[in-house]
Formats: sequence, structure tokens, C-alpha cells
Amino acid sequence: MTQPNDMLLNLAGVCKHFGGLAALSGVSLHIKRGEIYGLIGPNGAGKTTLFNVITGLYQLDEGTFNFDGSDYACCKPHVLAQAGIARTFQNIRLFANMSALENVMVGRHLRTRSGIWGALTRNRAARVEEQAIEERAHELLRYVGIHRPSNTLAKNLSYGEQRRLEIARALATEPKLLALDEPAAGMNATETESLKELMKKIRASGITVLLIEHDVKLIMGLCDRVAVLDYGKKIAEGVPEQVRNDAAVIAAYLGTDSPRPHAGEGQGVRVSE
Amino acid sequence: MKLHRPANRHLLLALALLVLPFVIDALFGHGWVRIADFALLYIMLALGLNIVVGYAGLLDLGYIAFFAVGAYTYALLGSPQFGLHWPMYVVLPLGALFACFFGVLLGAPTLRLRGDYLAIVTLGFGEIIRIFMNNLNAPVNITNGPQGISSIDPLHVGTFSFAGQHELFGIGFSSVHQHYYLFLAFTLLVAFVSLRLQHSRIGRAWMAIREDEVAANAMGINTRNIKLLAFAMGATFGGISGGLFAGFQGFVSPESFSLMESIMVLCMVVLGGMGNITGVVLGGVLLVVLPEVFRHGAGPLQQALFGKIVVDPESLRMLMFGLALILVMLWRPAGLWPSTQRRRELMPDESVAQQEQDTVYDSAK
Ligand SMILES: Nc1ncnc2c1ncn2[C@@H]1O[C@H](COP(=O)(O)OP(=O)(O)OP(=O)(O)O)[C@@H](O)[C@H]1O
Ligand SMILES: [Mg+2]
Repeated sequence: MTQPNDMLLNLAGVCKHFGGLAALSGVSLHIKRGEIYGLIGPNGAGKTTLFNVITGLYQLDEGTFNFDGSDYACCKPHVLAQAGIARTFQNIRLFANMSALENVMVGRHLRTRSGIWGALTRNRAARVEEQAIEERAHELLRYVGIHRPSNTLAKNLSYGEQRRLEIARALATEPKLLALDEPAAGMNATETESLKELMKKIRASGITVLLIEHDVKLIMGLCDRVAVLDYGKKIAEGVPEQVRNDAAVIAAYLGTDSPRPHAGEGQGVRVSE
Repeated sequence: MKLHRPANRHLLLALALLVLPFVIDALFGHGWVRIADFALLYIMLALGLNIVVGYAGLLDLGYIAFFAVGAYTYALLGSPQFGLHWPMYVVLPLGALFACFFGVLLGAPTLRLRGDYLAIVTLGFGEIIRIFMNNLNAPVNITNGPQGISSIDPLHVGTFSFAGQHELFGIGFSSVHQHYYLFLAFTLLVAFVSLRLQHSRIGRAWMAIREDEVAANAMGINTRNIKLLAFAMGATFGGISGGLFAGFQGFVSPESFSLMESIMVLCMVVLGGMGNITGVVLGGVLLVVLPEVFRHGAGPLQQALFGKIVVDPESLRMLMFGLALILVMLWRPAGLWPSTQRRRELMPDESVAQQEQDTVYDSAK
């Protein structure tokens, strides 16, 4: 099936349990190519779990997971990276004792191929490839706005730079879908603003972005569509304006006494059960 | 002559390595050249383990098992044990291959394990191999059990035996000298391979796994294959070293492959500087040479000082060994000669202080 499909990621009825806890129950998501898709929800709603499922760190218990036209349920993380899903982590997971440059170079691993023989003989192909890896890594560092000496250790970068380095490393894998788990967490206003510009730039370059964020202002100003998770269920989905005024969403965030309805259906707001 | 030019420095180093056995011979005697030979074997082992522990960060406490596999392969195929006397250039690679195979065999089931758990399983593996060697003398006698295998063929190529006396340009080369050059060649080869791998796509993948396996996997590194590769490479080097050991020694028995040996090799890696080839070489040299110095020096020294032997030199050796380890770990936690990376890792960086200032400044604004 090679017909162009404007849906990049299709999740349907995804369930993930941890013992008795249903971290995800019947979540369906459909992400279009080229959009910035926001994923919000209170703490413990299952947002990161969903990321872990679509990047292969967790295997889903039920449901279907279709990416770019192929089925990827229960694949290993490196297979999904190969398929074109790259991510950042909520609690930064850089290679702390490698340089900023090396971190990004590792991201090039799956798009390059020189092996032991190339390493030992340093033949032409290996040298050319190595140089290309390094150049691309420098390029990406500049692209995300890290202007430190490239041999600075990752752990010696500032918090905001570390978040951006994670993005650079993810971009190095040439993803179709870039999944960012709270990239603005802990950033100040100026840093958040430049991050927003970066995300726009990434989208403009043709990469679809899936974004978990607590900063409502950022979400509202940036995302084309937003889904809201609460207790492992998708309680609302739609353009930011609709979602903001959705009764179920307000209830989830403010914890009103009104029975939490799986309602709140307006046009464009889907409800999953 | 400019000594700091790398080419000149390398030339000088090569020259020094070439004349070293003769200098040692002249200064300290024949026995010490033999010790230098052993040092080279251990350096090879340490370099192999460095790939597993230093690069990929997989703590392997049973590494000596691969040394044993290489040694026994050589011993079984080149001795009267089965009446096989295969040539060295067949048996050595075969030993390396077997060791590599066992490396993968050990690696495969332990892929999901990390840290302490991996250490314990590898430790068990090392013991299993040793116990196998110890007990494979019944019902069919393969390894000769605890007696070990003796009269192993010397290392030889065609009719040239490294154990015989030879003369070149009027200079006499005895067995230990010739083995020195042979082992040196292999050590340089192993060091070269390590160095090239370190600065390559594969080396980076190993280090990424060492730093954060989950992130490495999520970035598209097939952690299973890359970890197996580390085990296989490390084991191969161990196997080569083992084969050379068997041919040099002429005798192998399970005793030579105890847990203590694994720990010794690990100490060389850690003490010298994990991940750094120069450091690992230094660690290997020190841990082979210093105990020998004690063995030969402690007795006479005590005689001279107290008129009698107060502490048995052998136990003193272990005591000093332990003491040295503690001191190094206290004062140079990254090893005597750490890789620049590890050094940066364990030292405060002025950029961090600068950064802290920046943050303070930012929040004051
Ligand atoms: N590996 C795990 N084992 C057990 N429970 C888990 C595991 N991972 C997540 N959970 C649980 O699943 C639920 C959802 O967690 P998740 O991290 O996905 O929330 P989140 O929406 O990302 O929250 P936050 O906004 O705090 O990051 C939580 O109750 C969490 O404790
Ligand atoms: Mg989370």
C-alpha cells in the first residue's frame, strides 16, 4: 500500500496495564502528517506511558498501532526509531559523559552503516561516512541553538541546552514523527519562547511533532490539535480552543464535584471509551 | 631532533620496545624477561576486558573463562593429549574463534541483565568453565582433570620454534626473547584494534550503551547486537591470549583460571583507567611487575631489616596489592591514567561553576 495517506500515526483502542493499574485504557489517536499535535492531561494521566508505547519501550497489551502505513505493535525501540519515530525523555536521558557532539553523532547510528571492518581499516567509505556524521551533528547543534564548544560534556550543559540537545539527538535519526515529552519543563520564559520557535522550524522542515506539555500557553499557541488524557482515557480531542472550553477537561484539571462525564461532545471533540 | 613530533615519539617508543628485553636481561636477569612476557599476555587480556567493561560498561567477572577456552583449545589440539599436533596458525585462530563463540554464548542470556546481576552471572560462568575443565576427565578423559595438560607444543611457525635458541646478526635470542617479540606483536595488534574501534561508529554505540542503555536503544541502536559484539570482541582477545599462554607455558591446568585471575584482570582495567588504552596497558604492567618485585624483594629486605622473615612474602604481596588498590581508588578514582572523558567526568569543571553563576544572574534579572 503505497498510496499517500495523510495519517502518520494511528492508534486504536490501545491498552496498557501495570498490574491492576490501567495506565492506558482504550486510547485512540490519529495524527496527521505535518501537524503539531499536543497531548495534555493531569499528572499520572498516562501521557508518558503512551510515548513509551509508541517508541517501543513498553509493549501494548491491546489495540492496534499503525505508523506510516505499517503495523508496529510490540516492536523493539530501535525498530521504531528505524521506522521514523524519535523521542526525548521527560527526565533528560542524555549520554551524560559524552560530548554534546558525540550525543548527536550517536543519533546518526541507525542511518549509517560502517561496521568493524570500516573501523579497523578506515577505508574511504568509512572516513567519508564518519565525516558526514560529524558535519551533520555540528549542523544539528547549531540548528537547535547550542553554541557551546561541541566537546562540552552533555552533563555540563545548562538545563535548557540539555533539553535542546535531546531534540538534536532525536533529529539526527531523521524521524518522521518527533515525540517531545515536556520539552519546556524547567525552562524560563525566554527559553520557552525560543523552544517554540524551534518547534515551528522543525514542523516547517516537514517533521510531524507530538508534544506533551503542561504549559497551556505553549500548547494553545503552537498545536494544531490537542488530545487530553485523564486516568488513561482520552477525554477530549480537538483544536486548542475547543479543548480549553470542554467541560470534561475543565473537570479533569480542576477536579470539580460534577460527575466526570465522558461527554462534552462538541463538534470536533471526540470522546473515547 | 624534535621529540614532541608524534612520528619521532612513535619511533622512539618502537625502539624502546624493541631493545627492552635486552635491557631487562642485562639489568635484572633472564627471569624478568619471562615476567615481561607474562605482562604482555595480561595486557592483551586487560585490553580485551576493557572493551566489555570500559567501553560498553558491562561488568564481567568471569572474563578469565575466555582465556581458559583459548588455552585449552591450544592445549588439546597441540599436545600428546590426543596426539594432535596442529600448527599454531591453525590452533590460535581456532582458540580465538571458540572463545568468541563462548563470548556470545555468555552474552546472549545475560543481555537483559545489568550491573550487579550481570556481574554475578558472569562470575558463575567463569566458574562453570573452570569446573568443566576440572571434571572433564571422566567418563571420557578430555582435559585430564586437575592434573592439567602438559608437554604442549611450543609456539612455532613451520620449523621455527619460539622455544628454541636462534641467532640473528650475531645476537643470540633465547626463548623468552622470542616470545617477547611474538607477544608484543599480538599486543600491538590488539591495542590497534581497540583504538580504532573506540573512535568509530561502533565504539560510540558501546559508549552510548554504557551511558544509558534505554536512550541508546530508543535512538536506534540495536543494543542486543552491539552488546553481543562487545562480548565477542573481548572474548576473542582473551582467546588469543590464552592460546599464546598455553604454548608459552607448555602446561595448562584449571588452577590457572580461577576467579582471582578474573579479578586481577579487572583490577588492571580499573586501576589503569577504564576506557583508556594507555591506562589499561599501564595497569597491566604494574599489576604484573609489582607483585613480582615483592615476591623477590620482600624476603631479602626483611632479612636485612629484622634478621628473619616476619611476614611471609606471599601474604605481604596480597596485602600490598589491596592497599595499593584502596589508595588508587581514594586518590585517583578514575584510574592512574584515565581517558580524558573519565577525567572530565570525575573532576569539577569550571564551566559548571560559570553556569551556576549564569543561573543566579538570570534569576536576579
Ligand atoms: N513502569 C511502570 N510500572 C508501574 N506503573 C507505571 C509504570 N509507568 C507508569 N506507571 C503508572 O502509570 C500511570 C501513568 O504514568 P505516566 O508516567 O504515563 O503519567 P504522565 O501522564 O506522564 O504524568 P506526568 O505528567 O507526571 O509526567 C501512573 O500512575 C504511573 O505510576
Ligand atoms: Mg510524563
